[in-house]
Amino acid sequence: MAEQKFAENEVVELVTKIVTSIGTTRGDLIPILQKVTNELGYISQEAIQQISVLLKLPTKEITSVATFYRMLSTKPHGRHIVQFCESAPCHIAGGREVLSALKEALQLEPGETSADNKWTFYTTSCLGICGVGPVILIDTEIHGNVTPDQIPSILGRYE
Amino acid sequence: MAFYRSTVLVSVDPVCVEKGAYELIDTLNDELIKQGLIDEVRILETTRLGDPQKLGPDIIVYPEGTHYTNLTYYDIPRLVEEHFIKGRILKQYAAKMQDAIDEELSAPKSKEVRVVLRNVGVIDPRNIEDYIANDGYQALGKVLTEMSPEDVIQEILDAKLRGRGGAGFPTGLKWRFARQAAGDIKYIICNADEGDPGAFMNRRVLEGDPHSVIEGMIIAAYAIGSRQGYIYCRAEYPIAVSTMNLAMKQARALGLLGKNILGTDFSFDLEMRMGAGAFVCGEETALMASIEGSRGEPRTRPPFPAQKGLWGKPTNINNVETYANVPPIILRGAEWYSSMGTEKSKGTKTFALAGDVKHTGLIEVPFGITLREIIFDIGGGIKNDKKFKAVQTGGPMGGCLPEHLLDLPVDYETLGQAGSIMGSGGMIVMDEGTCMVDIARFFLEFIQDESCGKCAPCRLGTHRLLEILEGICNGQGKEGDIEELQDLCEQIRKNSLCGLGQGAPNPVISTLEHFMDEYKAHIEEKRCPAKVCRNLIKYEIQDGPCTGCTVCARNCPVSAITGERKQTHVINQDICIKCGICYQVCQFEAIKVI
Repeated sequence: MAEQKFAENEVVELVTKIVTSIGTTRGDLIPILQKVTNELGYISQEAIQQISVLLKLPTKEITSVATFYRMLSTKPHGRHIVQFCESAPCHIAGGREVLSALKEALQLEPGETSADNKWTFYTTSCLGICGVGPVILIDTEIHGNVTPDQIPSILGRYE
Repeated sequence: MAFYRSTVLVSVDPVCVEKGAYELIDTLNDELIKQGLIDEVRILETTRLGDPQKLGPDIIVYPEGTHYTNLTYYDIPRLVEEHFIKGRILKQYAAKMQDAIDEELSAPKSKEVRVVLRNVGVIDPRNIEDYIANDGYQALGKVLTEMSPEDVIQEILDAKLRGRGGAGFPTGLKWRFARQAAGDIKYIICNADEGDPGAFMNRRVLEGDPHSVIEGMIIAAYAIGSRQGYIYCRAEYPIAVSTMNLAMKQARALGLLGKNILGTDFSFDLEMRMGAGAFVCGEETALMASIEGSRGEPRTRPPFPAQKGLWGKPTNINNVETYANVPPIILRGAEWYSSMGTEKSKGTKTFALAGDVKHTGLIEVPFGITLREIIFDIGGGIKNDKKFKAVQTGGPMGGCLPEHLLDLPVDYETLGQAGSIMGSGGMIVMDEGTCMVDIARFFLEFIQDESCGKCAPCRLGTHRLLEILEGICNGQGKEGDIEELQDLCEQIRKNSLCGLGQGAPNPVISTLEHFMDEYKAHIEEKRCPAKVCRNLIKYEIQDGPCTGCTVCARNCPVSAITGERKQTHVINQDICIKCGICYQVCQFEAIKVI
């Protein structure tokens, strides 16, 4: 995840590059926002400003789309994003206990970022790997068949 | 196709990739070049071979069928030397046959029929030639050279194929509406936004047999007269997205997508659009809004997409599984297809079995099979010899069906009449240790979270439903709650804008209907019969079995347990937070849940 802070002119440059590579029609907005989230870590106000200029769309329109989808973020993230699958198959396979152990270990509620900026914690929709539930996704790494007592050692692997 | 003496299948399941499957492939490739075997041994990437947590990364070498597990790239030189040069099996890494099962998709069980999953796990999804060698794109050839668009629609109508996304609308009819709609520009969309928790049928098709979906879409495009299509895939499925993108590229290179397909006048191309984590985008009008670059909020229908869809143009939108059914129907005929299933539901359906059943994973069965056959014959019954309690079908907007409905033949109508839905095919089996009020609360929590907020019955109604259910689970249930739940359910069902809201009360309605006694136990006796709801249970240490070993006292996070060594311990109920740790750590089964 993008940890470094971007200066305003860098954001403008990056967003312009992304928009040039994707396109400037209305249908291109979500792919643009997805790419900005990936490269910048989140969709900052400056990024929204620049998209607004290039796509000729009001900023409130862009903000309204950016805040609708869970995978688009208008807030900065911690270094690692921990996502817990809270879906039914994981719930039945013991997910409730894993979730409370995870909250306890991170000292975070879903949607929060830790003070040291190390973790951002989310619950996610079904990841579709229900055969190995309960499932935790840390950044892009999947941890399956998780039990509450494994949580500290799993988290311990991340710097 | 070139001839190879051996084929190595390497699992590139998400977990195996994390464990270094691609490093393994690179090293294997280098080593085969080094040993001069690269023209004799072919490496194929495939989806899951075994349990990746325990076995990955793993490979199978054909024709001998040797399954090697727990490999790292470090082991490759020895493997090549022993297996491919000396012809000896490297015993150390060869898996025992019973370990080598695909947890998601095992060999077909006796009652299964595989149409949609015919190629999944069998062919290399990243090589179009494998698909073509298995009759791939033959149906497209037949359609473009021998059939008129009307013929195609008639064939699909005769096969009685119904939408596999859940609603079960006749596919041929949908195509006809889109064909008859006025306008030159028409769109085709594949709904690959498989969001139902516990449903991963579409993911395996996209990852394991992408071309069957693409071929089905091209045929649909020909039938309705479309030149442009979109695949809307959820972003939670990165491997499905990359596999589909590669498949589209390969199809384009062979002239199966793009201008003048197979040398005819017909042109059609596809684009991939990724979701961004909104469950409601699986609803067709919300999905189209999302492709258009707006908030994924549903709109009222009519007008239906066939009249006014994407960017206001006539649009045909079907689910992954629906499209994957099309090529076999065209090739083998409507008569063959409609010979399977019940009177109104023809063909086969994929299900993802999950929960407390022995064999979880994907299955494909003909319509008309009973729930009992699915759960007990194919699924192997309930785990840990517990008793069956309920099966939840149709995803979060589905319902829970109890034991006495297990002999129902599965089709769109019977499930609907029983108070559940077919849905996209998630099937969650629950044993006696599941609290049905808690399950209803759980699904409502999900629905409430995913409600897009546009219409009040769904936004506010599900919120209120959840509040009441939380109260009941917390021991604050009161007289009148059940009546209020019933009334709310009725209002939400009738007045919501889209399928999400209309289906939202189903988990509550079906549990109220079949498990009313559990609701009553919670409300009137403040008791949770399944011993799940924390506020309604307490932990007690039994006098006899307790040896006074102090393990429970030492593990209690709030120091609620006291007692001398070798004396029976006591839990202070005022301090106890009911975390259940003492229950888990006690080796003498001295702690009881009451």
